Amino acid sequence: MLQVESLMKSFDDFMAVNGANLTVDKGEIVAVIGPNGAGKTTLFNLITGALKRDRGRIVFKGEDIGELPPYEICKKGISRSYQIVNIFPRLTVFGNVQVAVLSHQRRSSNLFRPAQGIAVNETKSILESMGLSDKEKSIAGSLSHGDQKILEIAIALGNEPELLILDEPTAGMSPEETQATMELVKRLANQRGLTILFCEHDMDIVFSIAQSIMVMRHGQTIIQGSLEEVRNNKEVQEAYLGGE
Amino acid sequence: MFKNVVRSKRFGLVAAIFVVLFILPLFVPRFFVYIFALIYVTSLLAMSLNMVVGHGGLFQFHHGVFYGVGAYAVALMLTKSSLPMWFGFIVGPVVAAIIGLIIGWFCVRLTRLYFGMLQISLGSLIWAIVFRWYSFTGGDDGIHGIPMPSLISSLNSSYYFILIILVICLILMYMILKSPFGNTLQAIRDNSQRCEAIGINIKRYQLGGIVVATFFAGVAGVLFVVLERSVFPDLLFWVLSLEIFIMCLLGGWFTFAGPLLGAAITVALRTFVGRYTEYWTLILGIILILVIFFLPEGVMGFFQDLFKPGTKKVAERGKG
Repeated sequence: MLQVESLMKSFDDFMAVNGANLTVDKGEIVAVIGPNGAGKTTLFNLITGALKRDRGRIVFKGEDIGELPPYEICKKGISRSYQIVNIFPRLTVFGNVQVAVLSHQRRSSNLFRPAQGIAVNETKSILESMGLSDKEKSIAGSLSHGDQKILEIAIALGNEPELLILDEPTAGMSPEETQATMELVKRLANQRGLTILFCEHDMDIVFSIAQSIMVMRHGQTIIQGSLEEVRNNKEVQEAYLGGE
Repeated sequence: MFKNVVRSKRFGLVAAIFVVLFILPLFVPRFFVYIFALIYVTSLLAMSLNMVVGHGGLFQFHHGVFYGVGAYAVALMLTKSSLPMWFGFIVGPVVAAIIGLIIGWFCVRLTRLYFGMLQISLGSLIWAIVFRWYSFTGGDDGIHGIPMPSLISSLNSSYYFILIILVICLILMYMILKSPFGNTLQAIRDNSQRCEAIGINIKRYQLGGIVVATFFAGVAGVLFVVLERSVFPDLLFWVLSLEIFIMCLLGGWFTFAGPLLGAAITVALRTFVGRYTEYWTLILGIILILVIFFLPEGVMGFFQDLFKPGTKKVAERGKG
């Protein structure tokens, strides 16, 4: 579904991504791991169009999406959540998700119909599956950090993506919240037939839900393979797993 | 249930206020009728600015231009063409929206302060044209004694006309604010990066917001001509743009009706304090400083917080 081939991106003299390769097949859960500063977030920013690549190819469903602006890439079926909470703090929880649903249904430019009555069911069903129903009228900025991270994912679901990219979905969460969130993600993947690409620091989580793992270091892909292959790879052990 | 009651109560309050405003000319002297009409015109202008500033998060620093363009368009139509008079009333807002589209098309390419700077430059360009083009616009003399349709030629009838148009515009603006488009615009204000990531072409929506806002500014310009029967280049000068920006700040730019209140306060100060000293802006400045320090959500925002406990903290967190 998604192929990334020898992708490069530099900021001034610093090569943030320097030869990343990644394959994500439909229905798969793929994790990207690597030490801090390995270029994981930059890679996600390149895939979703938030940053422009310098070189390399990003192919989604057979089409090179490297030159498209973020909103076009979203319309192709890629949604993302962010490592640092990135929501609409002044809108309600309901409003946060509804904006995405309206955008997905191409109804955002409707000028005179009250938004109150549009896309309500779709929005509510997302809130329900994320366990946010009881907070739908709260102002998003007033939620706890954990809930904001969940809302973060809920907004991304509003676009009914085929490929959902989660950038450290559990960053800043307590161990219990982390556990619950990852189970939620797993359930979502099953229920909605989502393909998920995520990055995460907690190795237990990665090895418990990912089907394929890509390891990055200094902006470069060391290996992508099954859990066994990654665990047994010497270079990975040296660079990352064993080093801790 | 409860929500419905609160809502109908609020609706009742708003309706009562407008009923009082409608019968006002029967009780107060002419001077006050004029001042109230002026407040309505200024309110509409401030409200239109707030659509892009408060709800759209754009630094529309030179909104006065579109007010002036609307006013000049109708003034020129009424004095220089033989087309039906009422036709000019439609032309004003449309021309303002077209100029809004052109200036906005350039401005949305930039963000934040740069957006504002470019807007000031392009707006000042239009001011300069109006100011210098004596043969067409009357230059710095402006145009005076503009004929009005007889239906709205007296002060009282123009008062009613302005009030009715204001009410219609407020209803339209409220509908737009609560529509998917309005919600999307507010989402862009809150977080434009995220909006792009959920498939929203933010520049297109910002431009759309500017066109709608400049249309309403044009309506305000037309109403100004109805009230004053004259136009002059000061309508497009940046000082006025700053003044309406202050009105939004003063009233509370995250509220719907805040700018209305801000406009009323500013016009009242200019009229009643301005009578004693030409330095009335000094008092406006002091009030503004106090508002920014003690009521960061504006006067209207403050009252809303009073009646809706819990929202104040949210607003503070929202900034973080």
